[in-house]
Amino acid sequence: MEPLLTKYVREPNCFTLDFYLQHEGYEGLKKALAMTPDQVVDVVKASGLRGRGGAGFPTGMKWQFVDKKSPNPKYIACNADESEPGTFKDHLLMERNPHLLIEGCAIACYAIGARVAYIYIRGEFFHVQHVLERAIADAYARGFIGKNVLGSGFDCDVYMHRGAGAYEAGEETALLESLEGKRAQPRNKPPFPAVVGLYNCPTAVNNVETLANVPLILKNGAEWYSQLGPEKNGGPKLFCISGHVKRPGVYEAPMTITLRELIDGYAGGVREGRTLKAVIPGGSSVPILLPDQLDAQASFDGVQKAGSLLGSAGLIVLDDTTCMVWLAENLLHFYRHESCGKCTPCREGTDWLHKILRKIEHGQGQTRDLDLLLSISGNIAGKTLCAFGDAAVTPVLTTLKHFRHEYEAHIREGRCTLPADWRAHA
Amino acid sequence: MAYGATFHRSSRTLTDPGPPFTYSPENRARFDRIVTRYPPEQRRSAVLPALYLVQHQQGFITGHAMQHVAELLGITAADVEDVVSYYTMFYTRPMGRFVVNVCRTLSCALNGAEQVTAALCETLGIRPGETDSTGTFTLVEVECLGACDRAPVVMVNDAWQECLKPADVRRLVEDLRTKGEAALSGCHHVVEQS
Repeated sequence: MEPLLTKYVREPNCFTLDFYLQHEGYEGLKKALAMTPDQVVDVVKASGLRGRGGAGFPTGMKWQFVDKKSPNPKYIACNADESEPGTFKDHLLMERNPHLLIEGCAIACYAIGARVAYIYIRGEFFHVQHVLERAIADAYARGFIGKNVLGSGFDCDVYMHRGAGAYEAGEETALLESLEGKRAQPRNKPPFPAVVGLYNCPTAVNNVETLANVPLILKNGAEWYSQLGPEKNGGPKLFCISGHVKRPGVYEAPMTITLRELIDGYAGGVREGRTLKAVIPGGSSVPILLPDQLDAQASFDGVQKAGSLLGSAGLIVLDDTTCMVWLAENLLHFYRHESCGKCTPCREGTDWLHKILRKIEHGQGQTRDLDLLLSISGNIAGKTLCAFGDAAVTPVLTTLKHFRHEYEAHIREGRCTLPADWRAHA
Repeated sequence: MAYGATFHRSSRTLTDPGPPFTYSPENRARFDRIVTRYPPEQRRSAVLPALYLVQHQQGFITGHAMQHVAELLGITAADVEDVVSYYTMFYTRPMGRFVVNVCRTLSCALNGAEQVTAALCETLGIRPGETDSTGTFTLVEVECLGACDRAPVVMVNDAWQECLKPADVRRLVEDLRTKGEAALSGCHHVVEQS
């Protein structure tokens, strides 16, 4: 299949408005404005578009849940806080195809009756912010957003809001808190943002890639879209492949493709002389898959059937030089650092997990530590306000499940038994 | 040891109030433009951009600056400090001219980020979290920067260096001293534009 989201990303001027307009830009918005908002929601629902941020929730349904009868204003909050380790697709989309996102924001606003969309972009993407701000200004100047969009009477403002370094801001209610000028910490749910969201108003929070798919659906129709890919997993998908592969990068494919085709075909497989050890298929928060599980379809349902999750479609490929205890320690360092501190099990538990893993990795572990890891994990998972807690214990549980012998070898020999040459050894 | 001897002693360090602070006229104008993006009764939403302006103006965020931002937004200084202390990109102490942020998370680590950090420590003579004696470099280890295909990634102030090999660290540091941020590779977009 020809790429749809990333077709022109290698062209030198692909991020400009003129280039976008030469390639059917803002045609989806024109079609949407000729319909009623409810019809737009119905089209997106019929397309089967599922959220690309990680959960795979149907976007049309999310929009339908927005409380339209509320007297309060409605909002679109675009989640551009891409921070899941191994994920960099929204980065590429915003950098090379920013107008696709802006068009998606405008259509989404029209559909749910909002007049303002905030694009919450992570603070570190400074170079992307320049591109996006320029694109927003150009879209205003040509009347694709702003007052009376394309003469339709519909008003729509799109603003970029820069975050300041917090993984947790990618959680939808934490994102709203951050947008309100507070710490990025999650809210209790329900009520869901569709009812009580930004400034206590009905809000739809959508990922960048999700909104970027919306113009395609409006332009080409729901049926066309749903047939790009397996049932209930329609549309093009961006896959981020990183780690121990020859050609890391963002690859676009329908979700009929298998994980193995992505890794061996698109990304060129592991480097010469190495063998594949394991793959984390959906960003660091999902369970590991082993080489014999990679014939699974790289779809939301396919990866789930194989025992993991597609998540943000960030595939991290690990070759035989990777020590799994070290991997768990590396990721728990991340979760320990990024835990927002609101829920005690997560705030304290991630620190304990990291300390124990570091001890084992440095050869000071004891056999009973393995039970302790399981016990602490059990006291975090499901006991926090947001999904962070479950995500944080996954690297521990999944490595212990598949590679317990590596933990035991570390404890037995009192050292890391797989010290790769790409690590620093003090 | 008696319980009270080690516990109940706050380790919290109060933010340096610093010299009196007000925005420069340019930054005040920027601030006034930014707050119009939010509903009038939700000025607090502008706290992150307001703090970026402070940092842009004086390099780090002092107590007086928080007070100034609080007054402009109609919230308390404690509200502002609550935010400053949460987000990693806000500094409450002077940093070096170049803040070198090395990504340490999995995809970068799989491609040698640990060795990049070690090489930076050796070249600069400092450890992560420290600033060198001339105030030129601060070394920071950060979590995933979201460019895992270009690992290892290093962010220097707001600019990026991609695919940094440990062997190239010494030359990069020298180039930063002489050419500033122009020495960096930038991200894909910037590279392909030039």
